[in-house]
Amino acid sequence: MAEERESRRRRQNVVQDVAALATGLKTTLSEVFKPLVTVQYPEEKSTRSERYRGRHYLRRYDNGLERCIGCELCAAACPVGCILVIAAENTDEHRVSPGERHAKVYEINMLRCIFCGYCEDACPVQAIVLGPEYELSNVSREQFVYTKEMLLEPNPAQQDPIRVGQEEPRR
Amino acid sequence: MIRLTPPDPGGLYTNAVGHWIIVVAAMVAVIFVILTAAAYTVWFERVGLGRFQRRPGPNRVGPFGLMQLAADGVKLATKESFAPRGVDPVLYVLAPAIMVVAAFLAWSVIPIGLSSGFTYWIANLNIGILLVFAVSSMNAYAILLGGWSSNNKYSLLGGLRAAAQLISYEMALGLSLVPVFMIAGSLRLSDIASYSVHWGFYSGPVPLILLAPLSFVIYLVSAVAETNRTPFDLPEAEQELVGGYLTEYSGLKFVCFYLGEYVNMITVSALASLLFFAGASPAVGPFAWLAFFVKIVFFLFLYIWLRATFPRLRYDQLMRLGWKVMLPLALLNVVVTAVVLVAVQ
Repeated sequence: MAEERESRRRRQNVVQDVAALATGLKTTLSEVFKPLVTVQYPEEKSTRSERYRGRHYLRRYDNGLERCIGCELCAAACPVGCILVIAAENTDEHRVSPGERHAKVYEINMLRCIFCGYCEDACPVQAIVLGPEYELSNVSREQFVYTKEMLLEPNPAQQDPIRVGQEEPRR
Repeated sequence: MIRLTPPDPGGLYTNAVGHWIIVVAAMVAVIFVILTAAAYTVWFERVGLGRFQRRPGPNRVGPFGLMQLAADGVKLATKESFAPRGVDPVLYVLAPAIMVVAAFLAWSVIPIGLSSGFTYWIANLNIGILLVFAVSSMNAYAILLGGWSSNNKYSLLGGLRAAAQLISYEMALGLSLVPVFMIAGSLRLSDIASYSVHWGFYSGPVPLILLAPLSFVIYLVSAVAETNRTPFDLPEAEQELVGGYLTEYSGLKFVCFYLGEYVNMITVSALASLLFFAGASPAVGPFAWLAFFVKIVFFLFLYIWLRATFPRLRYDQLMRLGWKVMLPLALLNVVVTAVVLVAVQ
């Protein structure tokens, strides 16, 4: 009696096993007809989130003046010390930013930067922001030190924007 | 029933010179066609597997990635021919040669239908299917010798596994086809493919899968095991044996093994089509070769489908399936078919 039950159970198992194989085949076949998930980089690019932390920008006010006031808070906040700021006084003849001082030199060593965004948080005038660009590869170490000219947004007052590379400015 | 002379299209084969010309030309053509077919089988598998995993597969080299295999071939051919220390110098080179030669040899007897009708290209042996089995068994030598001569324990284990697996499944594979021979009454592949019946009001060809369905199932499973494909790919189980018998092979020697595997895939697909689905028989219609091609592609797709679906069997499961399920089923199939045949006649 027990043997008979055992053999019946085993028969059912064979049927169930074959059915399980068929289920597996059906599952994989249904995947064929679903759309591909691959993003064909570099022709296609996935979208960045609003808060994505990529390449840095130095922003301007709408009248073309630089936001940066050379306070060096970003350099102080930077955990890896990749930001160099050397400030200079603003004069009435040579006004770069609205405050007392402006950044004469502003350099970021992109090889050191860990893209933590602390500089963005530390900035009292929202001058430095991290943009969406992430393709920052280059061929020599020297080219990874981004100077102020590279970081600054184009001046809306001037029709000749100071820009290096293909990067689009942040909105 | 067994004819020793082949059918003679246009008197070419009875002419001594014409015979050799046609045979040599056919050999060259078959090698070229099969090489190309193997390359595109690899492409088909990579794209097919990609689709199963919702990715595009190779699509960079040429349109739809069709030139990917040319690029891969150039890369592999220009690689350094490296052999590790302590390999057996003769067997290490001989193993991939056996693999690729055996794979191509099977195609000498496989009839390829042309638009003019059912004909053969190189040889129309009255024991064609036996020759296919004989040369496909040589894969076991290639894999075993390759594993043994590589002076590497992973290669050796892979080679031993392969030998045990091939021997186990060859029994079931051979026996699964015995009912087919009994029904068709011939071992000649063209006879089996063009098998036809006279059943009362119906008189004409019939695909043998209708008469021997169990044979087809056993053949299909055993053929997957014979070609070392997933889910029976234990000889080259990369997670546990690095690359199995392939571990120490690179460059063109690796190509030989790889090519052999894919040609074997095409061979068993072609055999399944010939033995069970009437192959390229003229009864299929004027586009017999196209029907043959479609059937082969279908079986190749089945292979890829299986690979995309099933995980690898454990070694004891493999042996149990081979000896305790496939072999008894195949024997039972032979006996039942014999009884039915005698009862019918």
